[in-house]
Amino acid sequence: MSATPILKSSGPILRIEGLEKSYTPGKPVLRGINLEIGAQGITAIIGPSGTGKSTLLRCINRLVEPTAGAILMGEEDLAKLRGAALRQARRRIGMVFQEYNLVERLTVMENVLTGRLGYVPLWRAWLRKYPQDDIDRAFALLDAVGLPEQATRRADALSGGQRQRVGIARALMQSPALLLADEPTSSLDPKTAVEVMELMARLTGEAGVPVIVNIHNVDLAKRFAIRIIGMTGGAVVFDGPPEALESHHLREIYGGEDWL
Amino acid sequence: MSATLPLHREWVRHSFGERLLRYFLWLAAIASLVWAVRSIEIIPEFLADAPEQMADLLIRMWPPDLGHYYPSVHAAMIETLHIASLGTVLGVALAIPIALLAARNICRNVLLNAVAQFLLVSSRSVNSLVWALIFVAVFGPGPAAGTFAIAFRSIGFVGKLLAEAIEEAAPGPVEALEASGAPWGHRMLKGIWPQVQPAFWGIALFRWDINVRESAVLGLVGAGGIGVVLDDAINFFQWERVATILLAILAVVVVAEILVTRIRAKLI
Repeated sequence: MSATPILKSSGPILRIEGLEKSYTPGKPVLRGINLEIGAQGITAIIGPSGTGKSTLLRCINRLVEPTAGAILMGEEDLAKLRGAALRQARRRIGMVFQEYNLVERLTVMENVLTGRLGYVPLWRAWLRKYPQDDIDRAFALLDAVGLPEQATRRADALSGGQRQRVGIARALMQSPALLLADEPTSSLDPKTAVEVMELMARLTGEAGVPVIVNIHNVDLAKRFAIRIIGMTGGAVVFDGPPEALESHHLREIYGGEDWL
Repeated sequence: MSATLPLHREWVRHSFGERLLRYFLWLAAIASLVWAVRSIEIIPEFLADAPEQMADLLIRMWPPDLGHYYPSVHAAMIETLHIASLGTVLGVALAIPIALLAARNICRNVLLNAVAQFLLVSSRSVNSLVWALIFVAVFGPGPAAGTFAIAFRSIGFVGKLLAEAIEEAAPGPVEALEASGAPWGHRMLKGIWPQVQPAFWGIALFRWDINVRESAVLGLVGAGGIGVVLDDAINFFQWERVATILLAILAVVVVAEILVTRIRAKLI
């Protein structure tokens, strides 16, 4: 792994200040989120469906437009970026999706290489003349995610677990300074889910890339994260190490207690 | 309390209002049919001897003057295929940008969507023969006019179907590329195009198939191709030649159909 994280310091990679989002005016999905994300390790966001976890993650790379607040990465406020500056910021933020979001009709290799589309000129992408460095790195990443033989297979021929491995390889292909993972294991069976989380934790740990992961499986969150953020109703109600998360916190986050 | 009686409930498929509406729709359909028949002014004398005339025509056509095929009909047939193919390529090329403007998931501007839709509809609302008349006036008679007529008629068809295929493309992969900082052109090329590709080739081939048939009649208004030869033969009452030309058109259309079906099966 030759990924070079941009920030090696122990200061925060991301500072979220007063982040609000309303899809329809007067019905806020995020109600003033304040968070600092450290430069190392996995931060897991847990909470019930529809509580704004996904919106929070998507505000960071601006797939969703924040209504108010600042998202500081270094000195830069991501919430204010436009056009080329926004694209350059996005190149440093990898993302892994619940439904993998691979381009089904392209090969595994090309899907991994799409992680470089922010850097590669259009004509090179069109003629599939990717720089040799990128191709070498893509092969190395396919080895690392355990798919060394699958480079020329089409993405739609893979199993769910294999697809998510390609998704991780694609995100790491960006050499990101931060990785966002939106429910990366929710479409997978329990065993594959653990394997994918293990893989993601190992590779990002080796590369020193901090991860923010939305996950509704509390056990997986406790097992892999160094920090857990509990959200409910668009606000943070728990923030601490996994050991500190107790059942009364879970009651507050998810409501009720019959399920515990 | 007595034993509970089953509730008396009635089940009817249509309410009274719906029945009335259906009745009037049927009445309107029949009335418009009668109106249509009355307005096409069938001349009874011609209708009466139609079978005789038909038989006479067929007898005059038999046997087809196959010797006439080469070289004049052959050259016209090749010209027809050129008009169809070139017209299809040109039409598809012009349709792609309009389809991108018409697809609401690509172009978020409602006004541009409407303009693109209007262009596509106007292209379709004008028949190939009418387009040919217009381009004969512009370029003068000949295959150039035919090629442009085919191209402009194809824009609406290809553009509409392509825009629909683009709108059906899954947003997820495109979103993933956007999240990685890929610019617009890259997202189209690597996110949308792979998803649209099978539909695109299917639409283009289908349109070429239609254009082979349509370009056969363009000659009737002087826009080149086999229609010119057909028109001449009819005007000179050379019915054996007419038969040859019709057979040639039939053969080409059948071959095109088989070809397109085979290629489409391979693509999908």
